[in-house]
Amino acid sequence: MTKEQIKATILEIIAQIIPDEDLSNLKSDIPLREQVELDSMDFLDIIMELRKRYGIEVPENDYMQLATLDGSVAYLEPRMKKP
Amino acid sequence: MVTNKPNEARIVITGVGLTAPNGNNLAEFRKSLLAGKSGIQKFNIRYMGEVLAGICHFDPLKYQKKKELRRGTRAGSIAIYCAQEAITDTKLDLAFLDKSRIGVYLGITEHGTVETENEIYEIKQFDYDVKYWSHHHNPRVVANNPAGEVTLNLGITGPHYTLGAACASGNIGLIQGLQMLLLNEVDLALSGGVSESTGSFGIFAGFKSEGALASHENPEKACRPFDKDRNGVVVSEGGCIFVLERLSDALKRGAKIYGEIVGYAINSDATDFIFPDKERQIECMKLALNKAGISPEDIDIINTHGTGTTEGDPVECQAIREVFGEYPHAHINNTKSFIGHAMGAAGALELAGNLPSFEDYIVHPTINLDHLDPECHLNNLVINEPKKIDKVDYIFNNSFGMLGLNSVVIVKRFEE
Repeated sequence: MTKEQIKATILEIIAQIIPDEDLSNLKSDIPLREQVELDSMDFLDIIMELRKRYGIEVPENDYMQLATLDGSVAYLEPRMKKP
Repeated sequence: MVTNKPNEARIVITGVGLTAPNGNNLAEFRKSLLAGKSGIQKFNIRYMGEVLAGICHFDPLKYQKKKELRRGTRAGSIAIYCAQEAITDTKLDLAFLDKSRIGVYLGITEHGTVETENEIYEIKQFDYDVKYWSHHHNPRVVANNPAGEVTLNLGITGPHYTLGAACASGNIGLIQGLQMLLLNEVDLALSGGVSESTGSFGIFAGFKSEGALASHENPEKACRPFDKDRNGVVVSEGGCIFVLERLSDALKRGAKIYGEIVGYAINSDATDFIFPDKERQIECMKLALNKAGISPEDIDIINTHGTGTTEGDPVECQAIREVFGEYPHAHINNTKSFIGHAMGAAGALELAGNLPSFEDYIVHPTINLDHLDPECHLNNLVINEPKKIDKVDYIFNNSFGMLGLNSVVIVKRFEE
C-alpha cells in the first residue's frame, strides 16, 4: 500500500466511526482530536478496525503515534506491507 | 368518585411519546387501532430465516446523530425517540427545567441479548478470538442502557434505571415513576417501557422451542388472542414513555392531562416459570381496584394482557370473569392483536393506545378474532370493529410476565 492509499484507508475508517463529521478539510499534521470530535472509545474503534482488516496490533504505548494522519501513515506503512 | 387526596399526592400523565409497529406517535397509533391496521410483517433474522415480527419504522436520526446510533443500542434509540416525543408533547422546554429533578424509569423484558448475540456472531468470523470482542459491549449491555442513553441524549442528571419485569415491565416502569414522584425524589418522571427484542434470534427461537411462536400465512393475522386458532406470540419491538407529574405541578402550568393514575398493583404467582396463575391474577386485579378505592363496576375499559398463546389467554379470561363477572359493564379489548407482543414496551403501549378513549368514547377492538374460543368468552369483548360507548371514566390495564409476575394499572379520566 502506498502512503496515499494508507491515508485514504485511515480516512475511510474514521468516516465510518464518526459519520457526522466533515473530514474534507482535515490537516494531516494536526492531532485528529483537535479537529474533530473523536473520543477514546472512537479511537479504540480505529484500533479494532486495523486489527480486523489488516491484523495489525497497535500496543497501547504506541497510541500517541496515531494522533495525526501523518503520524498514522508513518506508523502503519511498514506494518501494512505484506510479509 | 371524588378524591380527597391533595394535588401533591395525585399523579397525572401529561405527555406521551411512542413508537409501535403501526404508528410513531399516539395519533397515528390510535388511528391504526381504530382502523384495524396491524403492524406485523415478515422479517428475516439470523439463524431463523423468515419469521413474523412487529418492526417500528420511526426515524432514529430525528433525535440522534449517526455516531450515537452506531455506538448505542436499538433499545436506547427507541427510548430516546419516545422520551423526546413525550417531552415535546408536554410543551415543556427542557432548557428551563431542573434536569436533576427528572427521573427516567423504563421497563425492559430483557436487555443485552441482542448485543451479545451480535458480538458472538462477529467473533465467529475470527474463529472466536476474543480480542475482536467490542469495547462497546459493556456499556451496551448494562441493564440501565436504554434509560441511560435517554439521559445522555437529553442531558438529564436525575436518576435513571430500568426495571426488569418481563412482559409486565411497561406497567412497572409507570408505577416506579409514580412512586418516585410521590416520594418527592423527582419532579418529572419519564416512565414506560422499551423493547428491542426483534433483534435477538434467541427470543424467537425460545418461543419456537416452547411451541409458542405464532405462525400464519398472512402476517397480519398471526397474532390472534382469544381465537380458537391462535398459535402463539408474535415478537415485536417498540417503546412508550409517559411524562408523569404531580397534579399540583401540572395544574400550575396549565398542562394537558391525559389521565390520572389512581390505582396499581404488582404481585407474584410463585407457581411456575412460564404458566400463569389465575388466583394471583385475580388478587392483583382486586388489589389494584382496592388501591384505587373503586369497585369492578366502575371500570369502563379493560385492556387485556392476552398474548395469543394457547395456555395463557384462557387463564386471564377466567380471572377477568371472576373479578368482573357480576358487573358486565366493562368493555374489553386487546392491543397485541394489532402490534404483537412488544415485550418491555407492551404494557405502556397498550395503555397509551386506550387513553384517547377518554376523549372519543371509542373502544378499539381485538382484531383477528374470527372463531372465539369458548374458554376465552368475556362479556363485552370488542371484536374486530371499534365500539362507541357512553361512559369512559376508568381504564384498567393488565400486564403479566414470565416467572409469574402480574401487574395492573388503573387510569381515571382527569377531573379536578
